[in-house]
Amino acid sequence: MSLSLMRLLGRRTGSAPVARERLQILLAHERGMRGQPDLVGILREEILAVVSRHVTLDPDKVLVKMDRGKSVSTLEVDIELPHGFEQRTRLPANQLA
Amino acid sequence: MAKVLVVTSGKGGVGKTTSTAALGAALAQNGERVVVVDFDVGLRNLDLVMGAERRVVFDLINVVQGVAKLSQALIRDKRLENLWLLPASQTRDKDALTDDGVRRIIADLRTKFDWVICDSPAGIERGATLAMRYADEAVIVTNPEVSSVRDSDRIIGMLDSKTARAERGERVTKHVLITRYDSARAMRGEMLGIDDILDILATPLLGIIPESQDVLRASNIGSPVTLNNAASAPARAYFDAARRLNGEDVAMTVPVERRGFMNRLLGRRAA
Repeated sequence: MSLSLMRLLGRRTGSAPVARERLQILLAHERGMRGQPDLVGILREEILAVVSRHVTLDPDKVLVKMDRGKSVSTLEVDIELPHGFEQRTRLPANQLA
Repeated sequence: MAKVLVVTSGKGGVGKTTSTAALGAALAQNGERVVVVDFDVGLRNLDLVMGAERRVVFDLINVVQGVAKLSQALIRDKRLENLWLLPASQTRDKDALTDDGVRRIIADLRTKFDWVICDSPAGIERGATLAMRYADEAVIVTNPEVSSVRDSDRIIGMLDSKTARAERGERVTKHVLITRYDSARAMRGEMLGIDDILDILATPLLGIIPESQDVLRASNIGSPVTLNNAASAPARAYFDAARRLNGEDVAMTVPVERRGFMNRLLGRRAA
């Protein structure tokens, strides 16, 4: 009310309307994401499981990052292998699953 | 029937501990039996704000682990005989607090008090989820600032999904408490207004605590602001909020600082 009055009077309004708009857009997005399973977390665990079947690795050195963009989204997987890592001996096919 | 109230926010430094102390004291000043419980394991501060830091012997973790009885850990306020404090532990082991332990203590406190007020740590990790876990009601402390409003929204989502009540298909009654509010700046459009915040969070308002030097002065002394200066603007706002918690219908106003003649003449805020 007072804001629109100020605008009518041609006075410079403060930054609060910008804050309000940014929050509304952001929270609409974040609320939509809520309750959905944690996609990055699931991907991280499964990637870790697959790789560690073949190579011994430190779970803390596995980084999975998702970047959602307007036109393109990326999934970044960064796995650091220990110095002189060992390839695990091949498991029989029936134990791979 | 006892009520368990969590004071939470997500973001740190918005006034959870100050509000826990002030609301707890205000309810006790109105004759209710109140215990304020510090859930900030590792970084306890409610004892300091309440002025009881030198009287802490046993704490929440000691009770959870069976080292001390609840009656040994509870500290009675020196000014109000029906106000008690259960301090947090300073241990670094955050896992010392267990869901089962919290459930047992809250159930025990329910039998002894009218109000059990849980001061949540900042964040959305274990400590914060345990503080809200068995709550019937929640006060979400919010500053008129974008990051605080965003975090409050996140916490509201957790109150609706991660609490024992939510899991039983019931609701936690939620209230927004806006702190550090400067009505002049909001009027000029420099600060998010009350309507903006309530629109965005879609949660009813418990009260508006004005930005005031009385709040810092009270915590310096170690006294809830409602006890230290009951006539001050923030204290009056907390008293109104406490009455609303008790179901009273109190008109919503932003209490203002009463400025002395000389201060007004010099354009200074009341000190």
